[in-house]
Amino acid sequence: MKPVNFDYYRPDTVDEALDLLAEHGEDARVIAGGQSLMALLNLRLAAPRALIDIAHLAELSYCRDSATHMVIGAAVTQAQLLAQPGLADAVPLLAQALPHVGHFQTRNRGTVCGSLAHGDPSSELPLCLATLEGAVVLRSKRGERVLKASDFQTGLLATAREPDELVVAARYPLKRPGAGYAFAEVARRHGDFAIVSLAAVAENGTLRLGVGGVADRPAARTWQVAPGEAPDDQLGDALNEFAWALGGEDDIHASARYRRDIVRKLGRTVLEEAATCAS
Amino acid sequence: MRKLSQGERHRVSFTLNGKTVSGWAEPRMLLTDFLRQELGETGTHVGCEHGVCGACTVRIDGDAVRACLCLAVQAEGRSVDTVEGLAEHDGPLSALQQAFRKHHALQCGYCTPGILMSLSDLFERTPHPDEDQLRDVVGGHLCRCTGYAGIMAAAREVAGEQGGGDAD
Repeated sequence: MKPVNFDYYRPDTVDEALDLLAEHGEDARVIAGGQSLMALLNLRLAAPRALIDIAHLAELSYCRDSATHMVIGAAVTQAQLLAQPGLADAVPLLAQALPHVGHFQTRNRGTVCGSLAHGDPSSELPLCLATLEGAVVLRSKRGERVLKASDFQTGLLATAREPDELVVAARYPLKRPGAGYAFAEVARRHGDFAIVSLAAVAENGTLRLGVGGVADRPAARTWQVAPGEAPDDQLGDALNEFAWALGGEDDIHASARYRRDIVRKLGRTVLEEAATCAS
Repeated sequence: MRKLSQGERHRVSFTLNGKTVSGWAEPRMLLTDFLRQELGETGTHVGCEHGVCGACTVRIDGDAVRACLCLAVQAEGRSVDTVEGLAEHDGPLSALQQAFRKHHALQCGYCTPGILMSLSDLFERTPHPDEDQLRDVVGGHLCRCTGYAGIMAAAREVAGEQGGGDAD
């Protein structure tokens, strides 16, 4: 199918984009890489009256480290981030997860912030942001605000972004000394939407597991691990409880039971891998 | 700021396979339809129209991308390469195309132009890709004839031969 009619805007600055968003609000959609939005437009699941293209805005095409975060502008593609020198040292989880994001051909256009703004429950970049407790920077003519990942994504393809706001950047926490990270997912085919995706952080006697593809948004839990103690039984119980708490449902791709099994088994594997990297 | 109004056709110009081309497109027109219907370049195929199958893959500024997930107006001023540009008209096929012919890497041929464009991007970035890199790139395409063995054999041959010995 083909998209509905819309006016296409190519602002020259972020301020112009914000003016357009203030004017058109809910009738507008922002496009950067378009690797999720164009599919929605073609299927007429999205039918905006105005399309605001920010892909070419140099102001949003940057990737830089602050003291604690890697800040990724809204025009940065997934391929550009993956090619960023030193990514595996700066944010190891992103270096591990990015090859699972779509395909080589979609990463060439798809942006990091676009994936966050789209908010697919099985998508890897929101999962990494939730697991690392990162944040999203939103800007409107009213000002700028920073939302924690857990406050930003509110459900299936739903975020706390107001209609006049633009996602201008994502903040992914940098690797902390002594911490270990691991990522794994189960999909029918590499690059397909994940049935379940898992991200783990081991640090300072804590284990944190993020799960995508089960609940309507990424969910994460943190557990304390007593030093020198084998966490086997407790971890099994904790993972089982978490798997049930996620409330997955049967769908065409997998049963809820299969998803719980992945959380229990692959969840343990990624936590152990993260713990090994940490030591 | 540029505004292109809906329902009106706007002039779109870009470089296609090294030559400047132009045509008219409404804002909602996909690059696939612009290439095929407006420019008459039907080498780029249309499959799923939501980015899954890869039949429409072209290169924009060198990067292999889905033409069905790109608006024609977004290609303005860019450099677009399609399967028509892989070999000179009536000239010899490229090494990749010859390998496809040799290994029977096309059956019905519908997915072929997209796969050729993806692999041509990969081979320019990485003259000697390993098996994982080849699979990652070919994995972004669906061949409904399931002829992947021939496709991979052709890709492996080019990966082994090309580049004259310099390391990646």
